[in-house]
Amino acid sequence: MFSNGFMFSTSFTWNDLLFLLQGAWVTLLLTFWSMLLGTVMGVSCGLLRALLPRATIPLGWFLDIFRSVPLLIQFVLFNSLKSIVGLDWSAFTVGCVVLGVYVAAFCTEIVRSGVLSVPQNLRLASRSLGMTYWQDLRYVVMPLATRVAFPGWLNLSLSAMKDTALVMWIGIIELLRASQAIVTRIQEPLLVLCIAGLIYYLISLVVSRLGAQVEKRWQQND
Amino acid sequence: MFDYTFQWRTAFRALPDMLEGAVVTFETAALSMIFGILIALALLAMREAPNPATRAVAGTWVSIARNTPALFQIYIVYFGLGAIGMHVSSWAALLAGITFNNAGYLAENFRGGLKAIPDTQVRAARSLGMSSFQAYRLVVVPQLLRIVFYPITNQMVWAVLMTSLGVIVGLNNDLTGVTQDYNVRTFRTFELFALAAVLYYLIAKLIVVIARLLAWRLFRY
Repeated sequence: MFSNGFMFSTSFTWNDLLFLLQGAWVTLLLTFWSMLLGTVMGVSCGLLRALLPRATIPLGWFLDIFRSVPLLIQFVLFNSLKSIVGLDWSAFTVGCVVLGVYVAAFCTEIVRSGVLSVPQNLRLASRSLGMTYWQDLRYVVMPLATRVAFPGWLNLSLSAMKDTALVMWIGIIELLRASQAIVTRIQEPLLVLCIAGLIYYLISLVVSRLGAQVEKRWQQND
Repeated sequence: MFDYTFQWRTAFRALPDMLEGAVVTFETAALSMIFGILIALALLAMREAPNPATRAVAGTWVSIARNTPALFQIYIVYFGLGAIGMHVSSWAALLAGITFNNAGYLAENFRGGLKAIPDTQVRAARSLGMSSFQAYRLVVVPQLLRIVFYPITNQMVWAVLMTSLGVIVGLNNDLTGVTQDYNVRTFRTFELFALAAVLYYLIAKLIVVIARLLAWRLFRY
């Protein structure tokens, strides 16, 4: 049908699409591991920041550094630090760790504001009902704080997904780097980049839809 | 295991050039914020407009800006426009990419700010005899500024951090670009980038402090 239509001829093959999807898989893996690492660290630091605000001020300053320095520079710095110290880590591990710490810095603030949003009176009430400190934390503060913090956390995971694009600088072939490799070969940047962008867009869409579902279900139980 | 000697002197020798780079970084970020705010206001007006076509354009802009990586947006400008015959310099591509991104995020912030001001206030102002423009200028805008001031400050810091992406499309006169230039010549990666990190940190803090002072001066009752 378009045999003579120059507009529709392309060198983009199914194999290229497969290559892009493999890149997207790496992007997802990086997002998953860094979010896991970042959430575990962020929840513990956030709880500490909320429950012992005075004692953990230096921790706040420390985490602020990660939010005020470009992620690209953090990748480069940690990568060279790795060679200086002589750690034998793969680029993927370095990517996960740096991104994980970066996520943790933001997650701490989200968790902290979530915990602080639980009214003090409620906690006093649960204590006066005979709950211990930990029971209060576990059965009263955590469920309420989670509902407040969840939307922020979801946004954080989306931005972590987008920030994985920077790991190309330390030599990991993720979605954007994969698209660049194909562009170098077939010289059709607009088409290939649009496909890569579409994949990013779809991932974001699916994640935010899933998040909206979760929020809805929680609201039903309240 | 640890047989590396730090040579900070190399890094400090690069400091004057890096400071010049920091100025470029700051200027780029500031420009992208100015354009970003203007475009965000236009997007805001477009989203409120009755015409579905303009609403769709603005909605698409905002959702693409928010759901794809900033680096991708810079790539589209740099490589994508190059493919259809519009060759742009790395700096222009960086500026356009960040502006696109800023506009999308700010438009969403502004919308949230506008929602926070009740409609009834405009009606009250109008019934006091103000014209529509006066009501906006004297009642809505001062409150809107208060609400969106903090997000704008935040976005400015983000813009500074995002300018570091310019080095990936070959920019060599901003802070990261200059650092990378020295890096490929001296291979003192850690020292140079640590210094760059300190400079970025200082720029970010400077912005926050200036914004606080401004807010304190501007938003007193």
